[in-house]
Formats: sequence, C-alpha cells, structure tokens
Amino acid sequence: MPEPHATRRQFLVVASAAALLAVPWPTLAMPDAMKAAIRDVVKGAVVRVGKVKFDVPPLVENGNTVPVTVSVTSPMTDADHVVSIHIFNEKNPQPNVGNFYVGPRAGRGQVATRIRLADTQTLTAIAKLSDGSFWSATADVVVTLAACTEEAS
Amino acid sequence: MTMWRMIGVVGLVVASIARGDAAEIAPDQRRSGLSFMAPETQAMQSDDTANPAMLAVLDGEMLWKQKAGAANRACADCHGDATASMHGVAANYPAYDDLLARPVDLEQRINLCRVRHQQASPLADESRELNALGALVARQSRGTPIEAGGDVRLAPFVANGKGLFMRRQGQLNLACANCHDDNWDRRLAGSAITQAHPTGYPIYRLEWQGMGSLKRRLRSCMLGTRAAPYQADDPEMVELELYLMSRARGMSIEAPAVRP
Amino acid sequence: MASALINVPATAKHGDIVEIKTLMSHIMETGFRHTETGAVVPRNIITDFSCRYNGVEVFRAELFPAFSANPFLAFFTVATESGTLEFRWAGDNGFS
Ligand code: HEC
Ligand code: HEC
Repeated sequence: MPEPHATRRQFLVVASAAALLAVPWPTLAMPDAMKAAIRDVVKGAVVRVGKVKFDVPPLVENGNTVPVTVSVTSPMTDADHVVSIHIFNEKNPQPNVGNFYVGPRAGRGQVATRIRLADTQTLTAIAKLSDGSFWSATADVVVTLAACTEEAS
Repeated sequence: MTMWRMIGVVGLVVASIARGDAAEIAPDQRRSGLSFMAPETQAMQSDDTANPAMLAVLDGEMLWKQKAGAANRACADCHGDATASMHGVAANYPAYDDLLARPVDLEQRINLCRVRHQQASPLADESRELNALGALVARQSRGTPIEAGGDVRLAPFVANGKGLFMRRQGQLNLACANCHDDNWDRRLAGSAITQAHPTGYPIYRLEWQGMGSLKRRLRSCMLGTRAAPYQADDPEMVELELYLMSRARGMSIEAPAVRP
Repeated sequence: MASALINVPATAKHGDIVEIKTLMSHIMETGFRHTETGAVVPRNIITDFSCRYNGVEVFRAELFPAFSANPFLAFFTVATESGTLEFRWAGDNGFS
C-alpha cells in the first residue's frame, strides 16, 4: 500500500437532504447507470420526494469512510411499515451502495453505515413502504479535489 | 504528492517564516488530535463498537493467548490477564532496555518478548499481528497520563529526538516543528495540522483503511515533506517517538484512536 | 481471521426498540483498483449480512464495493422475547 500523502481526498457537503426537498425527482442530470439501478428497484413505480431523511456529515474528513444515516418516517406496524431502503451514488464505478431490508420487527425504519465516495456527487436514498409506494431524499457531497486512485501494491 | 498539497505546503512555509520558528507549545495549550477531528470522527473513536481499531484489540486478545515459538509460551502464560499486567504500560513507552542500552518502543518490546522469551521470530513491522498486540497493550493505558521519557538514562535520546523534530529536512526544507509547534492551529489544504501528540497509537486511520503504528504515521509526515523517512529500526525513529511522547507527558492515552 | 464487534443492549423491556451495531473486519477490496503493473485487484467484499432474532430475520443488507472497509451497520429491532440474535456475513471467496 502506498503512503497516504498521494491519496488524500477532501470533501465538503454543501447541502443535506432537507435543503433539497424542492428538487424535482429524478433529476435530469442523473447518470444512466444510476437510473438503471434505481429502475431495478422501483420497477416503474413513481418515486416521491419525502418521508426519507438522509444524513451525511457537514464535514467529511476522508472519502474512505463517510458515515451516513437514512431514516424513514413510518409507524412500523404490520399494516404500515418500511420494507426496504436503498442507497445509490452517481460517480463511484457502481451505482449501488447498499440495499437494506427492514420490516415491522425493526421498530424503526432506519439504517446507519459508512461508505466510500470517490468524487463530487449526489447521493440518493429510496425507501419502499408496505403499501408499495416509494419515497426518496438526496444529499449532495462535494469532493473539492479529485481523488487520486489508490494504487494497490 | 498531489498539486494541491504542494500549494498548501508552499503557503505554509511563507506563513511560518512570517511567524518565526520554534515556539514550543505551552503545557496548558496542548491538545490531542482528537479535538481537531469532525464530530462524526470523534464519535467513531469514542464508541467502542463503532471504533474499527477495536477489531484489532479483539485480534490482539486472541493472539495474546496463542502459544508461539520454540518456548511454546503465549503472552498470557507469562503476563496473565492483559487488563491487569499491561495497565499503564504503553504510557511509559518508548522505554529503556537494559540489554540494548537504548530505548525501545512498544512494538519493539513486543518483538523482544517474541525473540527473548518465546524464542519465536519477530513479527513484521506494521503486520496485522504486531498492530493487534500493540492495540491490545495500548488499550490498557486508556485514560493513563503519558509518562515516557522520565527515566534519566533516556535524557540523551530525548534530546536527540528533539533535535530531529526541530531540524529542517527534505526537499521542502521543513522541520516537524514548523508545522506542529508553529502552525498547529492552521489547516494544510483540508487537514487540521494538529500538535502531533502521539496519544492514540496504534491508530485506525481512515486514509489507510486500517491500522498503523506511530512509526507509520511519522513516515507519512516525512514523505509529505519529501524527506527520506527513517526505517522502523533506525535509532532516529525511536528517538523521535520518544521526544513526541515526552513532549506529551501528562496527556491521557486514548488508544486505539481513529484519525482521518 | 475475521473478528466482529456486536453491540446489543444486554437487557431490554418487552416492546423496547433497541439499536444493534455491528462492525466486521474485512478489507472490502472493491475490484476497481489496479496494481502498478495494471492488473485488476480482484474484488473481495462481503455481499450479504443478516440478523435473525430467534430464527426470524429482522434485518438484512446487500453490500456493494462502496461500503467502507470493516463494514459498519447499525439498525433497530423490537425486543419481543428473550432469545438469541444470530448474525451472518457472507461474501466473496467463500467468506461466511
Ligand atoms: C516467557 C515469558 C514471557 C512471554 C511468553 C512474553 N513475555 Fe513479555 N515480558 C516478559 C518479561 C520477563 C518482561 C520484562 C522485560 C524483559 O525482561 O524482557 C516482559 C515485558 C513485556 C512488556 C513490557 C512491560 C513493561 O512494563 O515495560 C510488554 C509490553 C510485553 N512483555 C508484552 C508481551 C507480549 C505481547 C507477549 C506475547 C507476544 C509477551 N510479552 C510474551 C516475559 C514474557
Ligand atoms: C507540512 C506540515 C507538516 C510537517 C512538516 C510535519 N507534519 Fe506531522 N502532520 C501534518 C498534518 C497536516 C497532520 C494531520 C494529517 C491528517 O490528519 O491527515 C499531521 C499529523 C501528525 C501526527 C499525528 C497526530 C495524531 O493526532 O495522531 C504526528 C504524530 C506527526 N504529524 C508528527 C510529525 C513529525 C514527527 C514530523 C517531522 C518528521 C512531522 N509531523 C512533520 C503536517 C505536518
């Protein structure tokens, strides 16, 4: 592994999900690979903005480990609950970040994890509810300097 | 080295000239690297189930009980329960070794036990095993004030280390002190420079996506100034570690820490 | 050698929503990196995680290379009865 001086990435998150609720979805700028990955999940259903909160820290110190939390407003009862949560990114080599399957036994429609981000991009979180509806939120992450690809050795 | 960092360093050289050199940090002004981190990174360190370095401690606990070498002894066979026998130990390292008549750091001490007491081969520098045992031992000093460097026999080595810290080196002609004594409250591009107190080693560094010793961290800084880094077993490396630890005397160990 | 850290409250009242945190040691090699000679470093990631509560799945995740090394997952479950929580990580090269 090379020493880290050559591989630093700096990120600045300029807007969180809440600030972006007014953005029409899906945005036209979304890359095809990400659109396709989302299509695989929603299968033609309408995705509405709302119910989903997407937390990305305001200062990301290293793109190798970006803590993210997605929480979905839901009573989490047998009749009305979150079925799944999906996170997508635009600029990593693969649009999917993770799929999370919850359910009434979870009690809360929330998942937290840590992800890698290679470049400035918009992240999208989509939740599927038990009534079949899909809801989403986005979070913009600005990578102020392009990441050097960390070469393996 | 990437272009932006070069620019950052150039800006900093100018700044350090403008401010003058080598003002040592007053004891009450000292701050751990922890306090410079984003709240999310601090939270990652302070929650043992979120701190990835605790995985190394877990590995260390397993290795502690594993018999090794011709002596077929485990660390635990001689040292018993690490939480008791290793309590406060890391706060005293690097420490003077009578046989070698020089200071050895924690990893070297562990390897001396491998060689002298287990009759096994030393563990490789920065290997998973060595960092795991280091993390386990250092964990037992969490909250303990740093005491390294107090032994009078260490005085000349501390002085050498201080000389190395103050000496300009590398293509960028920067001393450690230019950044860590004179400009610790500034940023180098996006990174907080910090005061370089070795309170948390071995660490889990997000940039490495893994563990590393203080030596590995120092090598990154030396490469950053485009100086040829010391090797793990160079006397200069231990002297620098020793000076850093004595410079942080009284500060609490927070190992194993997380750093960006 | 794989190590995992799991944090579950030791006790909970019936009906409490409890947080479960897991950390698994794994390099999560993306499969998108190259060596200096240009060879692709083969992908080696955890692809699946599940948590079962007395045999019933309460949480499951599919992981992609964008997961950080040493994957961390925190989620919730309702404490329904005393019993066991079973965690499973599975992935490339027969990791499980
Ligand atoms: C056969 C007994 C024996 C075994 C096995 C052994 N040690 Fe030691 N260890 C010692 C002795 C004796 C000392 C005191 C210094 C010396 O004489 O080398 C010591 C000192 C140490 C110290 C420094 C303690 C201090 O207060 O400065 C550390 C740390 C340590 N050992 C770690 C380990 C680890 C880790 C292992 C397993 C890899 C290990 N030891 C295996 C006998 C042992
Ligand atoms: C050009 C400025 C610069 C110079 C010169 C420099 N460093 Fe650093 N050092 C940094 C920065 C910036 C960081 C924090 C990096 C990060 O978090 O990614 C750092 C981090 C450290 C740390 C980690 C502190 C912690 O909280 O864990 C230590 C220890 C350290 N440096 C020691 C040294 C030593 C010893 C030298 C001289 C050989 C040196 N540095 C030279 C900029 C510098």
